Amino acid sequence: MTKQHELMVTAGSLQECSAYMDAGASELLIGDARFGLRLPGHFSEKDIREAVRMGQARSVKVILSLTNIMTNEMLRMLPDYILFLRDAGVNAVEYCDPSVLAAVKTYAPSIKLHWNAEMMSTNYATANYWGRKGASRIAAAKELSMDEILELKAHLEIESQIQVHGMTNIYHSKRRMVESYMVHQGRPVKGGNLGRERGLFLVEADRAQEKYPIFEDENGTHIMSSDDICILEDLHVLMKAGIDSFKIDGFMKSPTYNAVVINAYRTAMDAYEADPASYRFREEWLDPIRELQDPERELTFGFFYKEQVY
Amino acid sequence: MENILSKPQYLGKRVRLEKPELLAPAGNLEKLKFAIHYGADAVYIGGQKYGLRSNADNFTFEEMREGVEFAKKYGAKVFVATNIYVHNEDIEGIETYLRSLYEAGITAIIAADPAIIEVAQQTVPLLEVHLSTQQSTLNWQAVKFWKDEGLPRVVLGREASLEEIAEIKNKVEIEIEAFIHGAMCSSISGRCVLSNHFTDRDSNRGGCCQSCRWKYDLFEDGRGSEGNHAEAGQPEALLPGITQLPLFEEEDSAFTMGSKDLCMLEHIPDLIEVGIDSFKIEGRMKSIHYVATVVNVYRQAIDAYFEDPEHYVLKPEWLDELHKAANRPLNTGFFYDTPDHEDHIYEPENKAAPYDFAGLVLEYDESTRIAVIQQRNYFKIGQEIEFFGPKGTFFKQRITEMWDEEGQLIETARHPLQQIHMKVDQPVSYFDMMRKKH
Repeated sequence: MTKQHELMVTAGSLQECSAYMDAGASELLIGDARFGLRLPGHFSEKDIREAVRMGQARSVKVILSLTNIMTNEMLRMLPDYILFLRDAGVNAVEYCDPSVLAAVKTYAPSIKLHWNAEMMSTNYATANYWGRKGASRIAAAKELSMDEILELKAHLEIESQIQVHGMTNIYHSKRRMVESYMVHQGRPVKGGNLGRERGLFLVEADRAQEKYPIFEDENGTHIMSSDDICILEDLHVLMKAGIDSFKIDGFMKSPTYNAVVINAYRTAMDAYEADPASYRFREEWLDPIRELQDPERELTFGFFYKEQVY
Repeated sequence: MENILSKPQYLGKRVRLEKPELLAPAGNLEKLKFAIHYGADAVYIGGQKYGLRSNADNFTFEEMREGVEFAKKYGAKVFVATNIYVHNEDIEGIETYLRSLYEAGITAIIAADPAIIEVAQQTVPLLEVHLSTQQSTLNWQAVKFWKDEGLPRVVLGREASLEEIAEIKNKVEIEIEAFIHGAMCSSISGRCVLSNHFTDRDSNRGGCCQSCRWKYDLFEDGRGSEGNHAEAGQPEALLPGITQLPLFEEEDSAFTMGSKDLCMLEHIPDLIEVGIDSFKIEGRMKSIHYVATVVNVYRQAIDAYFEDPEHYVLKPEWLDELHKAANRPLNTGFFYDTPDHEDHIYEPENKAAPYDFAGLVLEYDESTRIAVIQQRNYFKIGQEIEFFGPKGTFFKQRITEMWDEEGQLIETARHPLQQIHMKVDQPVSYFDMMRKKH
């Protein structure tokens, strides 16, 4: 039988969990903004238990995002939270900070660890290093090329996860950049709503067509990519290479859009898994996505086929 | 500092009174010599590979050996930044490179990526590995992880407050290094790929083009819940169909993420008492004049504190000196609170420092009171200049008389590296510097 690939999607609510499982997701990434970064919604402890219950009923894994950069203060809450996650039965947690790895190994060794250092998960040697420390999966950086991903996969001793669709974070500061700017202008924002639902974006002088979403939350200021990755057309290359999990980042997208995207990737994956030899990408799989795609945001191959220098 | 150290959790703990290391940047061999001569206990440099300043004038192994030899005479150490985030293609060659660093006499590497850290520990165990600030380490558990991995030192993320550093020092026995002066990423270190997106240059491998300091316009999407970004239950469109609603007026300054530079000179006792083991100055791309001036000032402040901690006071002339080399406004980063609107640079940047390095003292003849000066920038008779040096040299004078190598009286010094003989008002020594206002 052909290898089964996972289709991971970020979910912001229990309704989204349910809708995304219907659309074909096999892994749900959820979390709490105290410990995770750039999550589409908050999951209380009760919600997490419910999500796990819903997932178990349909053999869908629930993965908790704990990728924040931890402070001493946050460490005080961490052991209890990890113990709760163990009791709730979550399948895995994503981490970046070694303090999370240490806490999971101490308090809940049954929970799997996925190493996700965002733009810093860039090579197989480091992934295998974290593998020896206890991680079972790398969530690779979105800035890698297809060739780098294929080479990474060939040398990996742990599972691999690649983001195949959606926006990416391109800047994260603990400073309050928008608030500071508005105060500097003498127009402080009343009520302080500078969150992602406000629809703020930056335009750089020489790139008038590119709109970079910017927002603030309890973790600081975040700037997001002006385009959305969409690698559906070449998903078979990643499936052939044996990438274990494909991630759709549904952050700052409507649930309707996300369900359509999940459905399109699920269609392609099912077709490939049924018969890899005769698999052919069909242009019409993209049509429902294009129909709902924000005209202000281009669907691109991200860094898959772009040369970068330094 | 009292406010932090008097908290119950710190009572009974020693107040550290060992002298911290003063760690300075050295962009090339000459800067290395100045940094050490002006008082750095250690310098960090970049080699030809694996460093985050791919545009800098980086060291060859031959230059490293010469730098290490020079440093040894002062009892100083040389560290090499190997702080990139590694890509697959960089993996082969790490081992050979690290062996060469060790053979060149390098004391430590500053690394962020375990792909480099692990190879260093396996192949050159006597080469120390310091965890780079690029790992953004902000908590004691993460510090302990790296200690357990065998690392003797962690450079904390720039977001660590004094209070957080105090807790880390109290919980983990390890050397802590922190940036105390210089330019800062406004992002969490490494958490920025603006360069990759704008110019296809990989910021985490040294290609950063400082896009955070570019000018941007801030808008609001007027489509509200019409827009694709919106989630259910959000407000109606502000202005249906209008996608680009400016949040600035014509005369406003542009949006930017550029940070003011860090300067902790006014808080030396806090840094010492909290137990930071290494005070790090940023700036491998900065000038000789900058490095010498900044190192000189911090050296004097640290030494003054240790001479008499009870009666230590900040000397205003130290701040004056720093401002002669600074090219950006200064602040205290995250040490006391989270930076706000006063800590970012919205106005046009005045890039040039107010003073230039004009000449280097090579020799001084006490009987004639004539110094031999190597020209580093144009100067002329009648100009006001300043001499400064590491052993307390500091005075202003006007240039009254000078001669070229043949003993001919000259009016101007125009030729780079020309040796000029000049009448000086006070004694000077080899390595003292002459600066002028521009």
